[in-house]
Amino acid sequence: MLPKWFDSWNRNNPRDVFGPGIIVGVVGAGLIGAWIVVTWGGALATVSTQTGPRGTGMSVPEFAAAAARPDPTAAAYSSTPPVVPQPGDPLARDAIADAEPLLADLTVANYGRVVAAMREWTGIPTLFDGEETYQTVVARRMIEMTRTLNEAWSGHVNAYADDGTDAGVNCFTCHRGEPVPSGVWFGTPPVTQATAGWASVQNRVTLTSQYTSLPSDALEKYLVDGAQITVHDLAARVETTPDLPTWQNTERTFALMNYFANSLGVNCVFCHNSRAFYAGQGEVTAQWSNASLGIQMVLELNNDWLAPIAADLPAARLGPLGDGPKAACNTCHKGHQRPMGGADMISDWPELASSAPPAPPPPAPEPAPGTAPQTPAEEAPAEPPAGQPAQD
Amino acid sequence: MAEYQNIFTQVQVRGAPEWGMDNAEDMMSERAGRPGFSALLGWIGNAQLGPIYLGMWGLISLATGTLWLNIIGFNMLAQVNWDIAEFIRQLFWLALEPPSPQYGLRIPPLDDGGWYIIASLMLLISVCTWWLRVYQLAQMHRMGKHVAWAFAAAIWLFLVLGLLRPILMGSWSEAVPYGIFPHLDWTTAFSIRYGNLYYNPFHALSIVFLYGSVLLFAMHGATILAVSRFGGDRELEQIVDRGTASERAALFWRWTMGFNATMEGIHRWAWWFAVLTPITGGIGILLTGTVVDNWFIWAQEHNFAPAYDGPWGYEAYQGNGG
Repeated sequence: MLPKWFDSWNRNNPRDVFGPGIIVGVVGAGLIGAWIVVTWGGALATVSTQTGPRGTGMSVPEFAAAAARPDPTAAAYSSTPPVVPQPGDPLARDAIADAEPLLADLTVANYGRVVAAMREWTGIPTLFDGEETYQTVVARRMIEMTRTLNEAWSGHVNAYADDGTDAGVNCFTCHRGEPVPSGVWFGTPPVTQATAGWASVQNRVTLTSQYTSLPSDALEKYLVDGAQITVHDLAARVETTPDLPTWQNTERTFALMNYFANSLGVNCVFCHNSRAFYAGQGEVTAQWSNASLGIQMVLELNNDWLAPIAADLPAARLGPLGDGPKAACNTCHKGHQRPMGGADMISDWPELASSAPPAPPPPAPEPAPGTAPQTPAEEAPAEPPAGQPAQD
Repeated sequence: MAEYQNIFTQVQVRGAPEWGMDNAEDMMSERAGRPGFSALLGWIGNAQLGPIYLGMWGLISLATGTLWLNIIGFNMLAQVNWDIAEFIRQLFWLALEPPSPQYGLRIPPLDDGGWYIIASLMLLISVCTWWLRVYQLAQMHRMGKHVAWAFAAAIWLFLVLGLLRPILMGSWSEAVPYGIFPHLDWTTAFSIRYGNLYYNPFHALSIVFLYGSVLLFAMHGATILAVSRFGGDRELEQIVDRGTASERAALFWRWTMGFNATMEGIHRWAWWFAVLTPITGGIGILLTGTVVDNWFIWAQEHNFAPAYDGPWGYEAYQGNGG
């Protein structure tokens, strides 16, 4: 088929075409691959958030696709603004039999609104239907807890109020439509009966150790017992100071920090300088301060609010040690730096924002003889409804 | 195909099994096992397997080493209620931990570090008798004791971690757990506890010698393979009778970087780099917690690490272009 001169030339000039062919192919494929990644963008593109002054290596990198993906459980959130009380509106305590005492000072419309929302947020359709179930008892406690969070712990739950959002928390922040919020935890029993002491709290795949071999009792020690989170000696040389932390304290702290990082979807340098994890020379980041406040908040939540309700819970809701569910970072944050993406959870819900009783609705005007009682819309009270938090 | 394109040894010598010297040291009687040949072994080394000379020290070492391993294994098994499936599943998480801190240097209960102390004693005997065996074998062969002293350098680091530093710190709980992940946990916690071990200059030196060993090994191995076609792999002869292989290798490096080792000197480089890795590392560990409690602060005080004195906080970087 091919001309004779071509075949004979090839016969007389044997040449290894495969060697150079492979080299050209490999180099060419590499170049094309690099060109695709550069021009089309890599499938594993990352975005990073700077978390400290430049030169300190502080940044939190994330896959761009994962960073853009919203919290899937946040989408089900629904919120309705308060119904402005009108003069003469009846109060729940007067109009509704068995009205929940904590909410009884609301107008009937707002009472119905709050109870309906709480039923939807917690996925408990019979909540506050007049029967004194354990869920009612717990819900009452949770309303008080939520108010305390928004009032007393505003520094943590409204930490980013200065960037225009006023996040706050309500039932949905933790519950996300489930009666028992995800991310609650229980005390971990000794991981083995065969050992005692230091060997009995670690080296096992547990939820509370974040599947590491680190101690499983870190949450219990630091977020319930209030043990001091301490790792370093801030003196360069060994001095005879008693009770210096040991590497065992460090390991337990490391377990807690793993939990923090996983709960917030961040790495160490979100808060810490990687040169030295302690905050020396005033190198405390705002994130660190906020997390420290969060630790204090969780300590109060677990000890003052959640521990007492364990007595009211049925056995099926208790942990392996008979303890009630406890909260920590992940209960609200659920893997995100800001729960619900920093959504405003409280402006619509003055009933959950403050423990102050709502101001009663204005009294009904004396009906003028011969005219029907009527309040034109433009004469509705202009000031914010009672119970709404003061806006700066 | 070029010589360096092989990862396996190209020449396998087969003949009658070599029994080695039969001299006045009565070595023949201690030799155990019938020698055989393996083509697979020949790819990575000498095709002949055995005989082995264990001797008294070797037997003690194997026995105590086996005890050490089994104490760890049975402790792990006990921790998972003797469940083999769970043992396999959790193997990388399980550990035999040192005693809890409150026992100090006292003998703790068996279930809280007692087994750890027993296992560690077994390992100590095992490692030390193996060292004696290495020394004794070198003596029998009228060799220098270079291997024994290099091994001793590694034993120094081992002793610092498990014996010397715990004693100086006054607590067996300072020792390293026996477990896959747990010993890594210890390493991380140790570094963080003492203010970041990267600022420990002896740790830095140890890394220099470790990476230096890697570099020297690659340079030397590559050089000898590259000149083996000229007989360069006959290194010992070339030390005293420098042939064209040595000349070419020397010329290559001298023209590359102005300096070259010799057929003898390169092995001294390699030996010292390898030996100094655990020696400097051991010094660094021994000083940690006993003398220096926070290496980062120590490093700043000694102008070894810069102190960050720039502004800190949001306003320092937000909205200012980072």
